[in-house]
Amino acid sequence: METAINPWWIIGGVLFAVLNTAAGLIWVERRMLALWQDRYGPNRAGPFGLLIVLADSIKMFFKEDWIPPFADRLVFVFAPAIVVATVLMSFTIIPVAPGVVVADFNIGLLLFLAFSSLGAYSIMLGGWASNNKYALLGAMRGAAQMITYEVFMGLSLMGVVLLSGSFNLTDIVLAQQDGWFIVPQFIGFFIFLVAGLAETHRLPFDIPESESELVAGFHTEYSGMKFGMFFIGEYMGVTLISALVTTLYFGGWLGPDFLPPIFWFLAKTFAFICLFILLRASLPRPRYDQLVEYGWKFLLPLALVNLLVTGAIRLMQ
Amino acid sequence: MLLQSSASSYLPILIQGIMALAFVGITMVITHLVGPKRRTIDKLTPFESGISSVGNARSPFSIKYFLVAILFVLFDVEVIFMYPWAVNFRELGGKGMIEMFVFMGMLLLGFFYVIRKGALDWEK
Repeated sequence: METAINPWWIIGGVLFAVLNTAAGLIWVERRMLALWQDRYGPNRAGPFGLLIVLADSIKMFFKEDWIPPFADRLVFVFAPAIVVATVLMSFTIIPVAPGVVVADFNIGLLLFLAFSSLGAYSIMLGGWASNNKYALLGAMRGAAQMITYEVFMGLSLMGVVLLSGSFNLTDIVLAQQDGWFIVPQFIGFFIFLVAGLAETHRLPFDIPESESELVAGFHTEYSGMKFGMFFIGEYMGVTLISALVTTLYFGGWLGPDFLPPIFWFLAKTFAFICLFILLRASLPRPRYDQLVEYGWKFLLPLALVNLLVTGAIRLMQ
Repeated sequence: MLLQSSASSYLPILIQGIMALAFVGITMVITHLVGPKRRTIDKLTPFESGISSVGNARSPFSIKYFLVAILFVLFDVEVIFMYPWAVNFRELGGKGMIEMFVFMGMLLLGFFYVIRKGALDWEK
């Protein structure tokens, strides 16, 4: 590994890139949704409405930071911090280019699973601390949804681990030099994508928030930058899942030689972010019982079968 | 290929964690300081679409959510046993595969029991 780059630069660069991507995604998502829904979207502030990001963040900064008197103060403040911190820490394991990774070590994938489990706490604690009926309903839904999809999110990743024989994401990328894992692990990819949508509670699985029935779900009582933290956390979650799909199933930085590896990684990740937005624009929200039953009764057995078949084929080779 | 991980390889994660928490903390403190403070009577009650709030929000809740949580604990613990098997798949070979088949069979047995019992049928 050529680790000629100062690790401090990598850490700073990853944090800077992720936070700016999350902010930029707000603009990208609004423009793309507008495109797919045949309307303009934000187009007033600056060229193509790009400065809307700046305007939004200034607005959020100068909003009143209100902690309701009926809320549980400490937990109420902690919940939005958890979601941002855990997602930011998950980015340590993702290799952006050869040698450009914050922490190159042998349990990378387990670390991601651990941090994504911690993410469930932010919803649960945020909704519970709000002491609001809508928030509690959203929190309960969110917690049950996230733990349901977590079971087979791990299982779907094990197919990749079987093929590469490592939890290290750099090794997993290098194992794909002969062919991306999307071909042998198509079912695993599908399960991981659905589980990733549910874990980040993005539309169509935004049942913890579902505006049409729960106002804003678990963050009904949140305002100002604390709401902004949940918001940014969601976009960073989308970026994280896209980056992981790229790394695990689409060969990470691997690509034709005429462009640098980091370009391929970023281009693939961006393509998956766009897929997430397209899914939001095109799919209706399922009912809650449908979501949970689909997870337990269909995706969990499918993930087990996928793992066993992958193992059996691997053994015969 | 197994890289040896020592305590020092967790250092970058620790640093990134500290920086992430610092970012969150500083942003929240700044917004707390620069934002206006206006106490109005409407902000003192939980928002429930304009209908005045009745009772405590933390009231008894549907048992189904608890059931899902219990099932999650059971299944996640069993699924975790597959992680070391997956990463050591090549060393364990055919014997490990058969053992994993047996293990998964038992897991599925419990799974079918749960389904037949109707534990996952939300509507009942």
